[in-house]
Amino acid sequence: MKFELMTEHEHIRLPEGSIEKTTTTINLGPTHPATHGVFQNILELDGEKIVSAEQTVGYIHRAFEKLAERRPLYQVTPLTDRLNYCSSPINNMGWHITCEKLLGIKTPKRVDYLRVIIMELARISDHLICNSIVGVDTGAYTGFLYVMQYRELIYEVYEEICGSRLTTNIGRIGGFERNFNDIAFQKLDKFLAEYPAVLKEFINLFERNRIFMERTQGTGPISAERALNYSFTGPNLRAAGVDYDVRVHTPYSSYEDFQFNVPIGTTGDNFDRWQVRNEEMWESLSIIEQAYRKVKEFKGADAEVFHADVPEYYLPEKEDVYTKMEALIWHFKIIMGEIDIPAGEVYSCVEGANGEVGYYLISDGGRTPYRLHFRRPCFIYYQAYEEMTKGSMMSDAIITLSSLNLIAGELDA
Amino acid sequence: MGRPVSYNVNVKPLEKDISIAGMPDGHQGEGFFATKMSDVVGLARKNSIWPLPFATSCCGIEFMATMGSHYDLARFGSERVGFSPRQCDLLMVMGTIAKKMGPVVKQVYLQMAEPRWVIAVGACACSGGIFDTYSVLQGIDQVVPVDVYVPGCPPRPEAIIDGVMRIQDLIGKESLRRRNGDRYKQLLESYGIQ
Amino acid sequence: MVEKFGEQVSAFSEPYGMLTFEAPKELNLKVLNFLYDDDELKFRFLTDLQAVHYPDNKGRELAVVYHLHNLVDNVRIRFKVFSDINTPDVYTATGLFSGANWMERETYDFFGVNFVGHPNMKRILNVDEMDYFPMRKEFPLEDQTRIDKDDEMFGRG
Repeated sequence: MKFELMTEHEHIRLPEGSIEKTTTTINLGPTHPATHGVFQNILELDGEKIVSAEQTVGYIHRAFEKLAERRPLYQVTPLTDRLNYCSSPINNMGWHITCEKLLGIKTPKRVDYLRVIIMELARISDHLICNSIVGVDTGAYTGFLYVMQYRELIYEVYEEICGSRLTTNIGRIGGFERNFNDIAFQKLDKFLAEYPAVLKEFINLFERNRIFMERTQGTGPISAERALNYSFTGPNLRAAGVDYDVRVHTPYSSYEDFQFNVPIGTTGDNFDRWQVRNEEMWESLSIIEQAYRKVKEFKGADAEVFHADVPEYYLPEKEDVYTKMEALIWHFKIIMGEIDIPAGEVYSCVEGANGEVGYYLISDGGRTPYRLHFRRPCFIYYQAYEEMTKGSMMSDAIITLSSLNLIAGELDA
Repeated sequence: MGRPVSYNVNVKPLEKDISIAGMPDGHQGEGFFATKMSDVVGLARKNSIWPLPFATSCCGIEFMATMGSHYDLARFGSERVGFSPRQCDLLMVMGTIAKKMGPVVKQVYLQMAEPRWVIAVGACACSGGIFDTYSVLQGIDQVVPVDVYVPGCPPRPEAIIDGVMRIQDLIGKESLRRRNGDRYKQLLESYGIQ
Repeated sequence: MVEKFGEQVSAFSEPYGMLTFEAPKELNLKVLNFLYDDDELKFRFLTDLQAVHYPDNKGRELAVVYHLHNLVDNVRIRFKVFSDINTPDVYTATGLFSGANWMERETYDFFGVNFVGHPNMKRILNVDEMDYFPMRKEFPLEDQTRIDKDDEMFGRG
């Protein structure tokens, strides 16, 4: 018996035109295994190759922009938490920086360095989730469990400063609500001591792993021109080869005082995105160490500075509110929103974990913003998903979806 | 100013190597153990729940932390989280449910087989949370019957574990005839479920 | 740029360091093209596209705002186009920037700005059956049909 290798062409002999070739429509629906978030992709498959993909978002539309028109400036901070909830301190800081730009407040250096520490911790936290979920989607669950333990350490640092773990509502306009106490610095020391070894171990699990490399290299590519045309920002754009990083282009919060590299990739495929995020985590670690050293250099009275001296906009500390008259009056005025906000429009952006998080604030001088628009990076780059997955297999599409780091809160807002 | 909360520096030794779920009350003799059927069934069911995490937003990340090794939900028997409603017992709705998503939650609930329980984790799932807007469903109990509500925004992992333990209490004490009774049927009809 | 468009481009201002100007809505595509192609002003990155509703300015209620960025020289610019609320038609920018696709759908969903020539003008974030445009100022934030929350207690009764 001779078994002949059936090639594609001599597969089944049928008369021409007897079977119509149709595509299967499959719903990669809002309920998703692997907790990415709720968005729907309606895929048309030809066998296993994807012919087209149509996205439906809006399954978690919470009307942030309309809500923000009702809330005075401090009450908008909890809304910004819930945009990219894996790295909520970055959004909070971005909002406070926007308000400071509108109100014309300059923050002291120590505040800037403390903000940098918190923002880079948040960036590490977000990239950890993204990379470990890419691992989970390829079937490797262990890496996820290793790194979740270290996200708990990051959460403990947040807890020392603001009291909550995930949706932090951290900071005030002009600084922080309390100085970083010794326990916070101890926890930061513990994180800086233990984490690099864990990151190395996590990367070793995947980087030279043949299965992972074959699954992620060459899948979901996007070229730099198309990425720019789609207004990509963040690690996805950097993986395509364009070195646009808001921290370098328009430095905010004294980022110009730090020395760090911006990693870029070449082809923009899944492996490049994974690598770029890993390298960014190493860079974030180095930035945190630099910032930590700079903060320790402040001695004496300077070491107690944790907010700008703007009593009209900075919520005073609780001990002062309960004992001093002026603090009580300012507290009341700020909470009730009876403070003077100049009319004007300002656009300011920060480098979030997914890209450029922009805040376009139009104020008409009243209590609440007249119009607040969030420039959400996830929403903008998700449009390109169809182009990235056309012609690839279904399983590659899943990995592309998870390596893009789509956070549903940011997608819909 | 020091606070009593700090991380675990002294590792406490375990009292026993393995802790096993307790025995229900019953009458024991040589070679037999007589107890109520509902107790035995409840015991088996409550320690082997298969949850379906319907994680929509921020509470989903806290759920991921709960499933991690620090606050381990697998200790309570919920090791296998499944994503197919046909195979799961407990629908954990975590996160904001928008009006666009409401029918999806209902469909997932309908596909689950009896006995099924629903836990609403987070303020948004319980009552709409801070999002009192035109597009957010003010609580999932407008579309599915809920057994346990876990408040918080997001609830700490300990709170989610507490919610699961309450569900375990409910499961352990549930009567075997509950799902066929009139009151349950009335409850489902009030939601439009046959 | 003033040479090319003359008096049609107007209202130059610079709030908080970002140059802002506006143009009539028929010319928005020409202005965008000019900003894209010109070798000195290489504004080739669309940062953001949104709308603002000013119910008090009669005849110019809806403003569509484009934020553009020149990545090479690091310059940002804001460009506004005003339109009447009864005829909210604006030319689409998707031919130039593919990223404008969803941004314009979102603007349509919230404000009702009809982008002429858009490939897929559907609601994106709200439910498809919704018949009003929620972000316009006349519509309330809360769902008026809910029964479990008492508006009196929230100060909005």
